[in-house]
Amino acid sequence: MMRELADNILDIAQNSISAGASLTTIQVLISHEKNLVTLVFEDDGCGMPPEFVRAVTEPFTTTRKTRRVGLGLPLLRMTADMTGGSFSIESEVGKGTRVCVSFGLDHIDRPPLGDVSGAWFTLVFMNPELDFLLIYEVDGRRFEFDTRVIRETVAPLSLNEPEIAAWIRECISQEISQLHGGTFQ
Amino acid sequence: MKSLAELAAIRKRMLEQVNLRKDDNIDTRIVVGMATCGIAAGARPVMLEFVEELKRRGIENVTVAQTGCIGMCRLEPMVEVYVKDQEKVTYVHMSPDKVAKVVTEHIINGRPVEEYTIGYQG
Repeated sequence: MMRELADNILDIAQNSISAGASLTTIQVLISHEKNLVTLVFEDDGCGMPPEFVRAVTEPFTTTRKTRRVGLGLPLLRMTADMTGGSFSIESEVGKGTRVCVSFGLDHIDRPPLGDVSGAWFTLVFMNPELDFLLIYEVDGRRFEFDTRVIRETVAPLSLNEPEIAAWIRECISQEISQLHGGTFQ
Repeated sequence: MKSLAELAAIRKRMLEQVNLRKDDNIDTRIVVGMATCGIAAGARPVMLEFVEELKRRGIENVTVAQTGCIGMCRLEPMVEVYVKDQEKVTYVHMSPDKVAKVVTEHIINGRPVEEYTIGYQG
């Protein structure tokens, strides 16, 4: 069990990276009207065959077959189920994978979102050669961070050059806290 | 919104610097275990603290990288420090408040922090 949903984000995104994705889209959608926190992961990685997709949320039947999936998805699914949310996964070999998971916003068992900006920064900093489209939405107000735009702006420098990384970290963290108009757990 | 113009200015300034960070200048690597086990144990704040501490001290010849499961999940968060021409040092049960000491003692002064290492705690 992860302490924060931000940890799940980092963990599940790692699957996309291991699948050889060049672009991974991660959305964090918060809706008070629907009373849901929804996380959507989409990648253009290698995808999975149907029988593997079916088995992928079974923790102990799949871990030994490959390093690609272990406890990450089962833990995520468990948390979603516990909080009155939902979980879905679609994948096609050669095309990519989409994971959509939601949690009851006001459910007492929902883990705090935690440091989403820290998790996103970690992904960008640790994988400077990959692209991420990061979308954060609170009741329709939206922030998009696209590493393709940043990459174009700083070329030929790498996204993990210290000063550029510092700018990225500040940008993501400011924008997210502005969407919340302060703090949010 | 922070402006892209600001970012472009950073780029311009960095490109003008003569001694841009190059891979052959890197003599120390800090590797954080970031598999499901590491993340669940709290690897993310540890990794972020290393990045912050190196920035605070203006250390540029050190990279922070991640690895998968190191194989001893009960000792996570684990951090391996590779200093050029020296034996690897493995730190276990790391937390953000231990990071400053590792950077000061080990990275800067070259003395591994014994009491945080796997040999001491494992």
